[in-house]
Amino acid sequence: MTAALDLLATIGRFVLGACQATGQLTLFALAGLSHVVRPPFYPRAFGRAMLEIGYLSLPVVALTAVFTGMVLALQSSTGLSRFSADSAIASLVVLSVTRELGPVLGALMVAGRVGAAMAAEIGTMRVTDQIDALTTLQTNPMKYLVAPRLLAGLIALPLLVLVADILGVLGGFIIATLKLNFSAATYLNNTINFVQADDVISGLAKAAVFGFLISLMGCYHGYNSKGGAQGVGAATTAAVVTASVLILAFDYVLTELFFAR
Amino acid sequence: MSASQQDRATRTPKIRIRGLCKSFGAKLVLDGVDLDVAPGTSMVVIGGSGSGKSVLLKCVLGLIEPDAGTIEIDGKNLLAMDRSDREATRAHIGMLFQNGALFDSLPVWENVAFGLLAQKLVTRDEAKDRAIGVLGQVGLAGSVGDLWPAELSGGMQKRVALARAIAAQPDILFFDEPTTGLDPIMGAVIDGLIVDCVKRLGSTAVAITHDMISAARIGDQAAMIHKGKIVWQGPAKSLMTSGNDMVDQFTHGRRDGPIQMELRK
Repeated sequence: MTAALDLLATIGRFVLGACQATGQLTLFALAGLSHVVRPPFYPRAFGRAMLEIGYLSLPVVALTAVFTGMVLALQSSTGLSRFSADSAIASLVVLSVTRELGPVLGALMVAGRVGAAMAAEIGTMRVTDQIDALTTLQTNPMKYLVAPRLLAGLIALPLLVLVADILGVLGGFIIATLKLNFSAATYLNNTINFVQADDVISGLAKAAVFGFLISLMGCYHGYNSKGGAQGVGAATTAAVVTASVLILAFDYVLTELFFAR
Repeated sequence: MSASQQDRATRTPKIRIRGLCKSFGAKLVLDGVDLDVAPGTSMVVIGGSGSGKSVLLKCVLGLIEPDAGTIEIDGKNLLAMDRSDREATRAHIGMLFQNGALFDSLPVWENVAFGLLAQKLVTRDEAKDRAIGVLGQVGLAGSVGDLWPAELSGGMQKRVALARAIAAQPDILFFDEPTTGLDPIMGAVIDGLIVDCVKRLGSTAVAITHDMISAARIGDQAAMIHKGKIVWQGPAKSLMTSGNDMVDQFTHGRRDGPIQMELRK
């Protein structure tokens, strides 16, 4: 009886803890979003965040996209050739890249690069009193640190994914034409004829959500970090792990929303 | 202003704290703090680690919400004001943080002018000139303005932080351990700058420190906080000869006395 009660208490504590964490995160997100639309605005902070999330992530996202497209073409060739369906390679590559792999892999790479940096920067500011200093200088830290990053994540990720889509298709094109002996015109024709606006738009919508989640996790864990260098390290790890898991979970939810019939 | 109004104005403390309480969970950090700081004076608050000094400052600055009590600035209770009035009142307070707390991502001049820009007191073009002027007041060359905080020594960082605290010419200045981590000569330089700045601005100052030499240099008045209560208050000059057992033990660094350190046994 006591063992059963202990088990129930443990489950109860876990559930209450999870509810509390979810509530705190939701309130943080709502507060951050409310500051996105309420003045004063900090265009310089937004510009810096756009540069960090968008422009500086371009090489890593571009390389990921190109190699993903190349691998996808190669793998689908080995599979589809068994059924003499090689002509479907172009459509498979473009659909996979625009709907799934572009947004998801791009977001995971950005989560590793930007989410970690964001949590480390804000976390260091927290443990060195810089966030308190902002408050004493009549600057709301949520407005100055969080809101510009949330907005930049929301805008920069779709732009990155648009580039990733093009480069992913290019990767498939390179392998198809140079290694699998496809004619360039046929491959491009198949790609253009098969892809629809919805495929690209749904991927960009996913990217916007993922970008918001990456910034949210980076800001949330950094903002609430405690206890010096170890706390900042823990915040950085938590930001990357939670953002990555949420990206995959939301990918399922959004796919269900966009494509389930 | 009539003579009686003038008399009342001079008698109203710039800062009056009454019954201030703050707990973190079961730990009572401030246990009914009462403290008056007269206009234009420098108050030094001394006390051991964990005695509540920093929490006291953070409550006045609005970084921590107290559980009970009142904090009056110029006779108006800060905690009873609405948010915008509270922010407007706190805009007249400058703060020097223990480790400087300079913003790593901004050059020195932007750090100094941050408060001016945030309050839209100057344009961005004017801000750099103002920042260089204030850097001059703390003995730094204008060229320092283009450096990054990471490129400065500890003493220079402290001076930049002091420049940032005084840039908006606040009525009240807070100093959290201003000489911690500095060599004795640089400590004396910072103390001298603090005294000069406070006199030039005519500000009211509150400093918390462990450094008795610094306390004697900065303070007109002194108070000692222990276990969340003010246990002694008097002229800073009499700190070493206060006659209070707690103050004597603390200022002379004696192991034995009424203050028992909570050591794990």
